[in-house]
Amino acid sequence: MANTHDHHDHVHHDHDHDHDHSLTFQPDHPDTDYDFMEMAIRELIIEKGLLTAKQIQEQIEAMDGRTVEKGQELIARAWTDPDFKARLKADAMNVLKDEMGIDMEHQPEVMVVENTPGVHNVIVCTLCSCYPRSVLGVPPAWYKKKAYRSRVVVEPRVVLREFGTDLPDNVEVRVHDSTADLRYIVLPMQPEGTEGWDAERLKPLVTRDSLIGVAPARSPA
Amino acid sequence: MRLPTGESIALPNSFQPGDKIVVRNDIPDGHCRTPHYLRGRKGEVVSILGDYPNPEKLAYYQKGELRRLYEVKFSPADVWGSYNGPAKDSIVADIYDHWLEPSHG
Repeated sequence: MANTHDHHDHVHHDHDHDHDHSLTFQPDHPDTDYDFMEMAIRELIIEKGLLTAKQIQEQIEAMDGRTVEKGQELIARAWTDPDFKARLKADAMNVLKDEMGIDMEHQPEVMVVENTPGVHNVIVCTLCSCYPRSVLGVPPAWYKKKAYRSRVVVEPRVVLREFGTDLPDNVEVRVHDSTADLRYIVLPMQPEGTEGWDAERLKPLVTRDSLIGVAPARSPA
Repeated sequence: MRLPTGESIALPNSFQPGDKIVVRNDIPDGHCRTPHYLRGRKGEVVSILGDYPNPEKLAYYQKGELRRLYEVKFSPADVWGSYNGPAKDSIVADIYDHWLEPSHG
């Protein structure tokens, strides 16, 4: 019971002692090798004057600010505007830049693949965790895990079922391994029962998972 | 910061959509973007995605010569030996020209 006793003593300490407030800023977990590598490289980049700490922080904020919203806007517009959809499928880069106001400079190219009654697309990066970050921001944790990355190319239908997506055998499941210079976004099928809806009303039906292809777009309530 | 970009080269292997290919079965040292599970596997060119600087050079701050990038489609049964799903299912990957060879049969 030594620990309990120590704790008891601590509680009765006077509060004007010199406890260390810097402990507030200790990490929640021990730093990993990757944490040290990131810190070392970041500090070198700053010391060498390649980037300032402010520039790095601004990029982190910009990345954290990207969410599924741009994807919802993109897909809802494609569902309601056939010309826009055609342009998006042919040349997503310029559509994102010119019509969606997304800064695509220094960003990998993006391609949009359309789900149809006969083809269901699902995206993975087996080599690392390539993702259309310029549009959708940071990928979900499971997308980066080895379990998803290895299993979705071996047994895609089993993985999709775990996401609640059960596809009939007459639908081709097409797994895109984004191995190189392109990042993929799935254009899900417009849910049944939403014919004639405008883009604003359709937006909430577009989920992040439907843009990766592990789920269809949400059905109307 | 931008990495040095490529210059054009004569492309050793040129393919068209529909061409049957086999992925080079090689294990070179260093970074590359061709997944192991597709090496030595047969597939079919779906489309030409464009010309991009060779990432195997860019990874080491060398000037990456332009390589043609192909969208290539594989049958999961051909890739894994067996596949528990419909034969029409597919795996599509983006692979550079110097990893592709014509497949005859």
